[in-house]
Amino acid sequence: MEPPAVETSALGRRYGRRWALARVNLQVARGERLLIAGANGSGKSTLLRVLASLLAPSIGSARVFGHDVATEAGAVRERVALLTYTPGVYEDLSARENLRAQLRLLGRDDAPEALLERVGLELRDDPVRGYSAGMRKRLSFARLLMQRPGLALLDEPYGQLDPEGFKMVDGLVAELSQAGATVIMASHMVERAGALCDRGVLIDQGQVRWEGPGPQTARAWDAAHGGGR
Amino acid sequence: MIAARPGLVRQIVAVIHKDLLVEWRGQARLLAMGTYAVTLLLLFSFAVGPDTKTLQQHAAGYVWLALLSASTMTLTQSFRVETEAGALEALLMLPVDHRAIYFGKALANTALLVVLACLVMPVAAILFDLSAAEGLYWLLPPIVLGAAGLAGPGTLYAALTARVAAQQLMLPLLLFPLIVPALVAAVKSTSLVLQGDPMGQMSSWLIVLASFDLIFWSLSGLLFAKVVEE
Amino acid sequence: MKWENWVGLLGLALISVGHYQGLFVAPPEAMMGDVGRILYAHVPTAWVALVVYLVAFVAAVGSLGSGKRGWDALVESAVEVGVVLNLLLLFQGAVWAKPTWGVFWTWDPRLTTTAIMAVSFIGVLVLRAMLNRPAQRAVASAVYTIFAFVSVPVVYFSVKWWKTLHQPFSSPQTVDSPMVTPLRVAAFGMLFLAVFLMARRWRLAYAKLSREDEAPDLPPAAAAIQLEGGGS
Repeated sequence: MEPPAVETSALGRRYGRRWALARVNLQVARGERLLIAGANGSGKSTLLRVLASLLAPSIGSARVFGHDVATEAGAVRERVALLTYTPGVYEDLSARENLRAQLRLLGRDDAPEALLERVGLELRDDPVRGYSAGMRKRLSFARLLMQRPGLALLDEPYGQLDPEGFKMVDGLVAELSQAGATVIMASHMVERAGALCDRGVLIDQGQVRWEGPGPQTARAWDAAHGGGR
Repeated sequence: MIAARPGLVRQIVAVIHKDLLVEWRGQARLLAMGTYAVTLLLLFSFAVGPDTKTLQQHAAGYVWLALLSASTMTLTQSFRVETEAGALEALLMLPVDHRAIYFGKALANTALLVVLACLVMPVAAILFDLSAAEGLYWLLPPIVLGAAGLAGPGTLYAALTARVAAQQLMLPLLLFPLIVPALVAAVKSTSLVLQGDPMGQMSSWLIVLASFDLIFWSLSGLLFAKVVEE
Repeated sequence: MKWENWVGLLGLALISVGHYQGLFVAPPEAMMGDVGRILYAHVPTAWVALVVYLVAFVAAVGSLGSGKRGWDALVESAVEVGVVLNLLLLFQGAVWAKPTWGVFWTWDPRLTTTAIMAVSFIGVLVLRAMLNRPAQRAVASAVYTIFAFVSVPVVYFSVKWWKTLHQPFSSPQTVDSPMVTPLRVAAFGMLFLAVFLMARRWRLAYAKLSREDEAPDLPPAAAAIQLEGGGS
């Protein structure tokens, strides 16, 4: 039997004396779409970074496609792509040049134009330094698509985007899913993202307090935070 | 999807290409650093006095000190571009060999220093009335090997201090004591090219430089992965 | 009483004996006269400083390999004790140089290497002071310690070819026998004293690192949220 996309066991991560994550037992099946909901500082980003193998667990374990994030980071990174608030680019290069540089590092010579078109950046040839926050987000998406990940970790994918951008994100998530990727996204937009996802979990102060069908995440959020999103 | 990974050499070349492209885009910076190095040469002249004989004798020393000082700027810059928008982290997430990142960057930094040297040497030649007694081409080995001696360990120390707030202070503090052998050998061999080498000492000094480069590039390549991981 | 205290007392005793012999019993040095008596302090300090730096190097390798706090504490204590000995060495060198050659500083390879070593290992301590996150600090100081130690022979040989003035390296064979004993005694005394200092400093460093990175208890398990009308 193939291992699941994600499996954590009593996962905990602390920063000094503060536990950012604690007692997290999560299982995500291959091809599943999962929403992680939680207030600011609840541990969503930390969880994604642990799954990306950028942070080591303080206690417990996390496995991605069967590979331990602490000891087999290389294998994990080959299969995972992370979308965070930093775009992961060189400010002095254009979007196209950034993608081409990273493609070259991966040994691929396919053109970045198709990727740029998909995220709506095809007309830009100037350095990233002059881009708006929304454009940087789009470039981050292009980088993610470029990697063709088995597991896509999206930290606030709707952030900095306008309603057109929201539709783009919905479309990209659907595409990733259709290509067989597992998608885990952390988002404040619990209704929109919840409708997109198969399952949702609610994280509060580093611990999972609710798990259930994606569309019901909004109700769980209301129950935990007394309304007012 | 796990695609076939390109070989180490191809990755190194890709990193060099990327680093030089980023540096080229900031070409005002390179020119500014060259001007800074030349200004240092002028300062040395003013501090030492207008005696052309003395200046000529110690010219190699002044040139290399100017290059050393300018190198701290190129080295800190080479990591500032990596941290300002999370590029290095993105690189670590890709299936790229960490050694490729180190060697690519170190080679790119070496190339930049060689370019700086090529800007500074002609100016020094004019200021200090220099001539290459052993032939102009013989300037290349000390310049290239010396630049490598600064850039190799320098790239590692720049990575070490990248997240320290006082990087401008820490990098020189860490770099300067440990490149003394390279500095001594580079200055000596450059001097011999400029003023003549009747006793054939140059090859020994070049061997010292080459050995220094070999030892410290290997050590840096070995330890770089540990340094950049969180 | 802790083991290192015994070692320290023994070291103090040995140094007292060695220095007494060196100052009053042994004959004056052939070429340098009474000034040469500083050798009984200077030479042992040099050997022990190198040994202590070697300990720091081994600790650095251990720290990088295992990531354990104990090795990191040893890096901190060994580098600190090493720097103290190193600075002492420089001071002794200057004190010896003035009456012997008329200047406080000579550019001979050993003294110059000592100066560079001092600066670079002080760099380790400064680096540690600048980094707050324990894991990052441990890795950075370990890596630089390795570089600093590997540089010692490299710097020494390159400066040697650059200039030579120092005495030929003194080992027991080249020193007359009435001088060997106080030298050896003082050397062991210095070594034991250094071990004592390192052990005490290690305890301090380890305690501080443990307190800093103490793992608090896990928070209590949070109450699960139930949704009415078919939730989780």
